[in-house]
Amino acid sequence: MSDRRGGSAMRLKGLVRKEFLQIVRDPSSIAIAFLMPIFLLVLFGYGVSLDADHVPIALVAEAPSSDSVDFMASLQGSHSFAPRFMATMPEAEQALRLGEVKGIIRLRSDFSRQLRRPDGAPIQVIVDGVDANTARLVLGYVEGAWGSWLAGQAARRGQSLATPVAMESRIWFNSELKSRNYLVPGLVAIIMTLIGALLTALVMAREWERGTMEALMVTPASMTEVLLGKLIAYFVLGTGGMLLTVGLSVWLFEVPLRGSFWVLWVCSSLFLLAALGMGLTISTLARSQFVAGQIAIIATFLPAFLLSGFIFDIGSMPAVVQAITHVIVARYFVAIVQTLFLAGDVWSVILPNALALVVMAAIFLTITWKKSRKRLE
Amino acid sequence: MPDQLILEAEGLSKSFQAGGRQVAALDAVSLGIRAGVVTGLIGPDGAGKTTFMRLAAGLLVPAAGTITVLGLDATHESLAVQAALGYMPQRFGLYEDLTVQENLDLYADLQGVAPALRSARYAELMHMTGLAPFGRRLAGRLSGGMKQKLGLACTLVRAPRLLLLDEPTVGVDPVSRRELWAIIGRLVRSEGMSVLLSTAYLDEAERCTEVILLHEGRVLDQGPPDAMSARMAGRTWAVTAPGLRNRDLQAALAGQAGVVDALVQGEHVRLVTAAPGLPEAVSSHPGIVTRAVAPRFEDGFIDLLRRREGESRHATSMAGPEGMARSAADDAVIQVQGLKRRFGDFWAVDGVDFQIRRGEIFGLLGANGAGKTTTFRMLCGLLPPSAGQLRVAGLDLRHAASAARARIGYMSQKFSLYGNLSVAQNLDFFARAYGLSGRARLERLAWATSEFELGPYADQLSAELPLGYKQRLAMACALMHRPEIIFLDEPTSGVDPLARREFWQRINGLARQGVTVLVTTHFMEEAEYCDRLAIMAAGRILALAEPAAIKALARTAANPEPSLEDAFIRLVEDSAMAAAA
Repeated sequence: MSDRRGGSAMRLKGLVRKEFLQIVRDPSSIAIAFLMPIFLLVLFGYGVSLDADHVPIALVAEAPSSDSVDFMASLQGSHSFAPRFMATMPEAEQALRLGEVKGIIRLRSDFSRQLRRPDGAPIQVIVDGVDANTARLVLGYVEGAWGSWLAGQAARRGQSLATPVAMESRIWFNSELKSRNYLVPGLVAIIMTLIGALLTALVMAREWERGTMEALMVTPASMTEVLLGKLIAYFVLGTGGMLLTVGLSVWLFEVPLRGSFWVLWVCSSLFLLAALGMGLTISTLARSQFVAGQIAIIATFLPAFLLSGFIFDIGSMPAVVQAITHVIVARYFVAIVQTLFLAGDVWSVILPNALALVVMAAIFLTITWKKSRKRLE
Repeated sequence: MPDQLILEAEGLSKSFQAGGRQVAALDAVSLGIRAGVVTGLIGPDGAGKTTFMRLAAGLLVPAAGTITVLGLDATHESLAVQAALGYMPQRFGLYEDLTVQENLDLYADLQGVAPALRSARYAELMHMTGLAPFGRRLAGRLSGGMKQKLGLACTLVRAPRLLLLDEPTVGVDPVSRRELWAIIGRLVRSEGMSVLLSTAYLDEAERCTEVILLHEGRVLDQGPPDAMSARMAGRTWAVTAPGLRNRDLQAALAGQAGVVDALVQGEHVRLVTAAPGLPEAVSSHPGIVTRAVAPRFEDGFIDLLRRREGESRHATSMAGPEGMARSAADDAVIQVQGLKRRFGDFWAVDGVDFQIRRGEIFGLLGANGAGKTTTFRMLCGLLPPSAGQLRVAGLDLRHAASAARARIGYMSQKFSLYGNLSVAQNLDFFARAYGLSGRARLERLAWATSEFELGPYADQLSAELPLGYKQRLAMACALMHRPEIIFLDEPTSGVDPLARREFWQRINGLARQGVTVLVTTHFMEEAEYCDRLAIMAAGRILALAEPAAIKALARTAANPEPSLEDAFIRLVEDSAMAAAA
C-alpha cells in the first residue's frame, strides 16, 4: 500500500513539473497567464474610467459680463470639464454635431439682468445624448457647478441662499469617487477566470489534439492524478495572478485594501477552484483547442466581464438578467473583492458569497471528476 | 513459452457514429497473438488497426466480445493492463515543449521507475536509440525519425512485457524505419518482449514473425508472412515486351483472363496470375519476354482481396479523359533551375534542378522534411522561390503564376474536399471555380460522374465517403478543367492496394494521352510507378534517374537485387558521409 502511495506521489510530482515546464515554454500560456493580466491592469488602471474627466464642452456667453466670466471661470477650474469658449450658438451646435464637444452651456444676453431678479436666470444646457452615461454625468456636474457657484455668489454678497432643504452629502468607501478603485480589484476575478477556465480548458484540449492524452492514459497514472496535476499547477499560477493583481492595485494604483488580506486569499482560492472546475468541465466536452477556447470565452470570460458586477451594477440590470447572474460564479467573487478592498471585512457580505463559491466549486469539480474516465470515447 | 498467447480477442466488435450512421470499425474479430515474437497488424487506413490497439490498451469499450491481454480482461481490468504494457500511440505521445530528457523523466515518474534504477536504464535507452547527444533538445525540434525513437524510449522506460506500437513508421524516413526494426528485433531477442505493431506498409510484413491481415474490420488472414507468399509460388512474373512501353503493356495485360494483378515496376511489368503458369492471354502477346520472380507479401494480399471482392473492382476501363490538351511530345513542360527557398535561416530547398517532359510521370521521393512539399508549392505558384528559375507549361511562374495555375491540376494529400458538401456539390463547385459554365460544365460533370463511377454516391456527403472514393472524387475535381499537368501530393498513402492500383491505372491512362504527372511521395511502392525519380534529402536532389538505374546504384555482391529502399538508404548515408568528410 505504501508502495502504491509512494508511486502516486512520484507520478503527481512528475505531472506537476511537466505542467510548469510547459507553461514556461509555451508562448500562448505566458501570454494568457502573464501578459493579459498586465494588459488588463494597465488598461483598467489608466485607460478605462467611468468618471467624467475633462469632458470637452462648449461655452457660449451671448453678452459677456463680469457675472458670465465669473461663472465660466468656475467651470474652467473644475477638472470635470475642458471648456471651449465659442462666440455664437451655430458654432457650438456645429461642434456638438461633429462630436468635438459633448455639451453646450449657453448664457443668454440677459444673463446678468435676470440673475438679480427673484425668479433667477435660466441657463441652457444641451447635451450629446448618444453616450447616455456621459450625458447624465455632464448634466449632474453642470447642476452641481451651478449650485456651488450660486452659493459662492450669495456668500460674497453676505446673504445665504434661500433654499428650504440643504443637502449635506458624504461619500462612503470610495470618497474620491474614483471608478479605478472598484474596477481594479474586480480584475482579480477576470484574471483568475482567464487562467483557471480559459487556459486550463485550452491546455487540456491540446493534450487531446496532440495525442499526449492517449499516451498518458496508458500509464499507471490514474485519471484523478492527471486532473490533480493540472489542478495543482494552474492553482499555483492563478494564485500568482491574484497576488500580481492585488500587489499592483495596492502599490501602483493606490487602491485601498481595507479588509484582511488573508480573507481575500481564502476567498480567491475558493473562486480559483470553481474556475478550474469550469475549465476542466469544458475540457471534458471539447477536445479541440478551437472549440474549448470558444466555449471558455462565451461561458466563463464574457459573463465574468459583463454579468458579474465588475463593470455594470447588477442591481440596475433587468430582473431576468439579474436572475441569470446567479449562475455566474464571478459575481459572488466580485462582490467579495469589492467589499474587501473598499469597505473592509463585512462578514454579512463575505460569508454568503463565499458559501456560494464553495457550492459552485464543488459542483464543477464533481462534474469533472465524474465525467473523466480513462477512455477515449 | 513461445506458444503461449499473450493477447486473445474473441468476437470483438466496435462501431462508431459517423454522420448519423454506425460504421463498424471491427466486426467480430477473433485472434490470438503469441508471446515472444513480433506480430504485425497489417491493413490499409480504416481497416480497424488503431481501434484494435486502443481496445487492447483498455482505452475503448468493445460493443461485443472480449479482449484478454496478459491474462487480464482489458476492458474491466484496464488499470492493471495499462500498468503491464507499453503503448506508443500514432503521434508518439511526446510533449513537444519538453526536452528529450524531460520527456524521459516524466514517463519514468509515471511508470514508477525507482530513481536508483534510472541512470542505468536511460543510458541503455539512449545507446539503443542514438539520442544521447540530444538530451537537452526540445522534442518538437527533433526530426520525425528521432521523435519516433524518443516515443519508443519513453514507452520502454520500464521494460513492458507487451509492447503495442500503433503505426510507428508513418511519415518516417527509410533510414529511421530500418533502425526502428533493428531495435524491435533486439528487444524481442534479448528481453523476450512481445510486440504487436500496426502498419499500412505491406513491405513491412516480411519483417514480422507473424502477420494478421485486417481489412474493413475483419481478419482476412493470419500466419507467418512466408506462408502467405508461399501460396503465390509460381504465379509471379516480370514481363517486358521490347518496343512497347511498360505502361502500354501493363494496360494491355491488366484485366485479361487469368491475370490477378499487373503493375508497372520500374523496368518491367510485374504480373500475378490466378494459377501457377502463364495464362494464354499473356503468353500469346506478341514479343513478350517473361521471367519468373519471387512472390511478395503484397501479391498474396491482392489475391485474397480479389477473390473476396470477385471481379467487381477489377475490369474498370481506364480510357482516361478524352481530348486533353496536348502538343508535340518530348518538350520540357516543367523546367527548374537552381531553385532555392529559405525559411528564416533554414534552406528548405537548396538548389534543385530538373526538367520534366510532356507525358512523363515524375516522382519526388524523400522523407518528411526533405523539401518535397516546398518544391511542390513553388511549382504550383503558391510560394515564391528565394532564388532560381521556374517554368511551368512554358510560363515563368514569377510573372504568370495565375495563367500557369489554370493549366495545372492539383490533388493534395488531404484531398481538399468540402466535407459537408455532397459529392455532386463538390464536383459542381470545382467546375464553377475553374470557370466552366453552361454546356461545358454539364459535360464535364457527366464525364466525372461516369469516369470515376461516382453516380451511386452523388448525394452522399464527401466527409462520409470511404477513403478510396474520396480519392476518386478529389481526382475528378482536380481534372475538371482538363489540365495538361497534374500535381499529386502523396496521392495513395493509406489506401488499400486495390484502390491504389485503380488510381495508378487512371494516372497511366492520363500520361498515355500526354498529360504530365508530378508525384511527391515517401512511399517506395508509389515511386516504382514513375518514369523517372528524383530522390531528395535536406533540400537537395541526391539522384535523378529511372527507378531501375537508381536501384542499380545500391547493387553489391551481397545484394544483387536491391530494392528502391536499399538504394535510398545508400544514397542518404553516402551524402551524410560526404557532408561529414
